[in-house]
Order: sequence, then structure tokens, then C-alpha cells
Amino acid sequence: MRRVETTTRPVRRSGRTGRVPVALLAPAVLGLLFLVLPLAGLLARTPWNTLPQRLTAPGVLTALRLSVQTATLATLLCLVLGVPLAWLLARVEFPGRRLVRALVTVPLVLPPVVGGVALLLVFGRRGVVGGWLDATFGITLPFTTAGVVLAEAFVAMPFLVVAVEGALRSADVRYEEAAATLGAGRWTTFTHVTLPLVGPGIAAGAVLCWARALGEFGATITFAGNFPGRTQTMPLAVYLALETDPQAAIVLSLVLLAVSVAILASLRDRWVGT
Amino acid sequence: MLDARLVVDRGSFRLDVALRIHPGEVVALLGPNGAGKTTALRALAGLTRLHAGHVTLAGRDLDRPGARRWTPTERRPIGVVFQDHLLFPHLTALENVAFGPRRRGLDRRRARAVAADWLDRMGLAAQARLKPRQLSGGQAQRVALARALAVEPALLLLDEPLAALDARTRLEVRAELQRHLAAHPGATLLVTHDPLDALVLADRLVVVEEGRVVQEGDAAGVTARPRTDYVARLVGLNLYRGHADGHTVLVGDGLPLTVAEPLHGDAFVAFPPSAVTLHPHQPARNPHNTWPATVTGVQRHGDHLRVQLVGPVEVAADVTPAAAAHLRLAPGQPLWVAVRVDETRSYPAGIDERRSTSPPVTRQGRQEP
Repeated sequence: MRRVETTTRPVRRSGRTGRVPVALLAPAVLGLLFLVLPLAGLLARTPWNTLPQRLTAPGVLTALRLSVQTATLATLLCLVLGVPLAWLLARVEFPGRRLVRALVTVPLVLPPVVGGVALLLVFGRRGVVGGWLDATFGITLPFTTAGVVLAEAFVAMPFLVVAVEGALRSADVRYEEAAATLGAGRWTTFTHVTLPLVGPGIAAGAVLCWARALGEFGATITFAGNFPGRTQTMPLAVYLALETDPQAAIVLSLVLLAVSVAILASLRDRWVGT
Repeated sequence: MLDARLVVDRGSFRLDVALRIHPGEVVALLGPNGAGKTTALRALAGLTRLHAGHVTLAGRDLDRPGARRWTPTERRPIGVVFQDHLLFPHLTALENVAFGPRRRGLDRRRARAVAADWLDRMGLAAQARLKPRQLSGGQAQRVALARALAVEPALLLLDEPLAALDARTRLEVRAELQRHLAAHPGATLLVTHDPLDALVLADRLVVVEEGRVVQEGDAAGVTARPRTDYVARLVGLNLYRGHADGHTVLVGDGLPLTVAEPLHGDAFVAFPPSAVTLHPHQPARNPHNTWPATVTGVQRHGDHLRVQLVGPVEVAADVTPAAAAHLRLAPGQPLWVAVRVDETRSYPAGIDERRSTSPPVTRQGRQEP
């Protein structure tokens, strides 16, 4: 909260009142409506009477379970790979660090479909890594549940890395120095001091990462396809249902909306709240 | 025993300090802000690398860039107490103290026993289960001391351990620190800018300015014979550097000072502000050590007033409130200064080659610790 204090005038906290220019007010209200109206429309068109039956319909639960499972697995994968990556970026000086940091954030701006195509080129059966995996271990990733996890992790990991790196940068490195003077090596310092210190930052990053993975569509459908029960996550089910059963699409969307709002609320309360 | 020569380059700043500390000895590294004290401590701890020189502890080279020898911080037999304690916020006081013993190979139960013992010695047994944020500043600093001592370090390093505490707590923690430092069998280096900490806690003082040792010795020697402005100010003496010929030392732009102890060559002259008297006119009876001066400032200083004057040299004088009222002291007022000869101390300036690097003294001491 900002305050303007002067010696001659009383303290004002909310700026001038009664003179909001229409040129600012009108687009602001329009913007708000633009953000809120679709959600309201979703609620207005929800078939509330048949909601329980529709929610318990086999396809919905399957898609929801698959979504939660893959998003959780993707988040775990992101944690295992992303936290050390964030630590490396925040704590170790190495040549090309800025380049690496830029590369890490590329999936943030890359259209997810392009990410899916890229994944297909690398992890597909004829891809560089995919071909080797197939020949050596008989593992195929595209169009499998594992492929969904991979696609979601690819798109969601930057959220985690950026959040955790920020937390690490703002954490006081002198605690780590204190740990070193007490005989802790870098690994022990990381696990016993650094991780607990940036725990809230990691949790916030993980929640963001999970939310992004849950809503993933483009990379998933490109890399993993749309097979009910195997790779058809909630967003894919919504898209598919829209063609055949719009009511079902609304119900599925409502579920996703509820999950998103719940995440936002928990984030605000625990880590973003002032 | 610690034997070190610490050379660290930081752009235009160069630290070059030699230190020897015997087991059981407490050495205070004293100096103004930016003198390189903390850099020296960090170099000893292995948190900053030396560019030249060496750190040898108990016959083992911990850092010797010339021979490519290097021991990382976590393998050095050291303990460090930081200015703002740096207790791990997610651990209890007991877990904080047990952290070091645990890292040095004790199992959890024994590490906790060692920690409990140390907290007990600090009188903090009741606070063992509290998190750092629940501790007072003094308690937190005592836990930090227990944490550093719990690993039984061969070298204990204290970085301004009392600076973050309020005046009253500082007094208590200083007394406690004194007790524990006296009992500590290893070498101790105390980094401080507070001369009182140094005088109370240390066996020997090493004064650094601008990355170099300008004076070292025991408390009595350093306080009696300051060699730089900084030290003179710390111990509250007027200090001048000049050229001596018998009982007369020429200081400033040729002001002759008569001193009690005769000597020849480059010399320091020191005297306390209480040796200076102020007069409205030139004193007629004793023409020695008098000169005209102008008042630049008057401050309350204990139960008397400290007067700053400029003239051929700057000088500080202590006068009683009664004398001040009689003289009607005000800035800009011209007065005559007289210094009692029998309270001057004079000593050679060039006694030690290393000390000859000290900056020339041009002004007088002002403050007492």
C-alpha cells in the first residue's frame, strides 16, 4: 500500500475521489466485464438440475482423474528437475548463465502446439531420443499417459523454475555460509538449510506449475493425442464435448473453473496474501 | 595456533594483514568501517579466497594460493558468530546448536545432548525448544555463540557479535562472552569497531585501517601510545606527529610543543583533553605550550564539556561547566590554549617498519570510547 504524506495536507490513501476520467473508467469497466462475463455465462448456462448425474458420468470422472494424476506427476517431475535447475541459475556462476535462463523461459512464450510438435520431433518414434528409447527399452512416449505428463511438464516447468529461482535469489545466502562454517557441504546445506528457507517459494511455484499442467491443451493434444482414459485430460474432454454434447462441456468447464479458483484462493491466503 | 597473512584484492582496495593467534588467546581486530576487518574474517573462514599469503591453523595450510592448497569452509575447524546471529529460522535453538556436531559425525541423539549441554552453559536450557524468532536479541546471540562453540573449533571467529544488540543487552552479552572466551581453549579472533568490546574481551588488539595493520599490542600499550588518528579518537587523546629535538617537538606548521620525555627524530605527542586548559588571554606565567585558538564546537561529555578548537593545530579540551560559564564559550570565540607539560606523552614514530605505512597524523583525537 502506498501512501502520499505531506505536511500541509491530510494523509490520503485512495487518491482523489469523484474525478475519475471517463477515458480511463470506461475501458476499465469494459475490461472487467470482458474477464468476468464469460465466467458468469458459464455459470448461467450450467444445467444445475442434472449436475450431479453429469458430474458422476463415467467419462467426466475418468478425465478428471487422468488430469489430476498427470498434472501431479508432471509437477513432481518439474520439482525433481526444476528445483535443482533453479538452484543452479541462482547460486552458481557459469558462462552462459543468462542464455540458459532465457532458454528456460522459452516454453512460457512458445505456443503450446509448437511445443507439442517439438516434443514429437524429439521424443516421437523417429525422434532423436524417442527412437533410441524405442530401440533400447521398447518405450514409446507419444500418445501415452506418460506422453501427457511429458507435455504438461514441458509447458509448466518454467513457472516452477522462475518462481523457485526468485525465491532463492531473495533468500539470504549468509544462512548458507553459516551452514558451511558449521561443517555442512553444499548438498547438506541445500537439503537442510536452503530448501526449508525457500519452501514457501517452492510450494507457490509448484501450485502454479500444477495449475498450468492441469489446463494444458495444445502440447498435450499434439504430442499425446486424445484417447479417452489414456490421454484425454479435462481440457481435451471439454473441447471434444463441445462438438457433441455442449451441456457436458459446460459441466467439465465448471469443474476446471472450480479447481482454478480453489488454487488461486489457497495461493492468496498462504503465499501471496499481504 | 593460527598463523596467517591475508591478502585479498577487491578492485582498488587491498587487504594485507598478518595475524598470529595462540591457542586460548583472544585477539581483537579493531578498525573503522571499510577497513577490511570482515574481509579478513571471511578469508579465515574460507568464505573469501586469498589472492596471496596463507592461512595456517595448527600446522595445517587451510589456504595457500602459492601452493594451490585450499580447504573449503565446511572442512575447516572453525566456528563463526555472525553479527545478526543467522540462526536457521526453521530450526529450534537446540537444533541450531546441534547442527554443527551433527555435521561433524555425531548421531542425532549425541548431537542433541552436546547442544543441550551448551545451551545449559549459556543459561538457555528453558529456551531450547524455541524458534529463533521467539528469542530475544541477546538470547539469539548466545545461542549463536553456543552453536559456534559446540563444534569445539580450533579457531573461533566473531564478527561484530554485539553490534546488533541494544545497549543494555550488549552489556549482559559482553559479560557472558567474556566468560566463554576465557574458557575457550582455541584461538579467538574478534572483529569489532567498538573499542570497549576490544578492550574488555581481547588479550591483544590489532588495529587495521585501509586494509593494513597500523598498530598492535595489548590494551595498555595501544591506549597509551596511539599511532593513528583513529586509535587516538578511540581512546580519547589528542595526538600529533612531528619532529622531536630533546624536550621540544615541532608539530603542525612548526608549533613547538614542550614534552616531559625527551627524544629525537620523528615522534608522536599525545595528551588527554583534560590536560588542556583554556584562557581568555595569553597566560603570563608559563609561556610553554600555549597558542591562540578559536572555538569550533562544544559538546556535553560526561560531567564536563568537551571543547573543539582550531589554531596552529586542532585540539580538544575538557572543561568544567563552571569554567565554561566563566569563559562564556561560544563557537567562533578566540581563546588561548595551554597544555600541561607533565601530562604529555611522547614516543618515536618510526619504531616499526610495518607501522611506517600508517597515514600521517594531522589532526587530534576527539572521542573517548
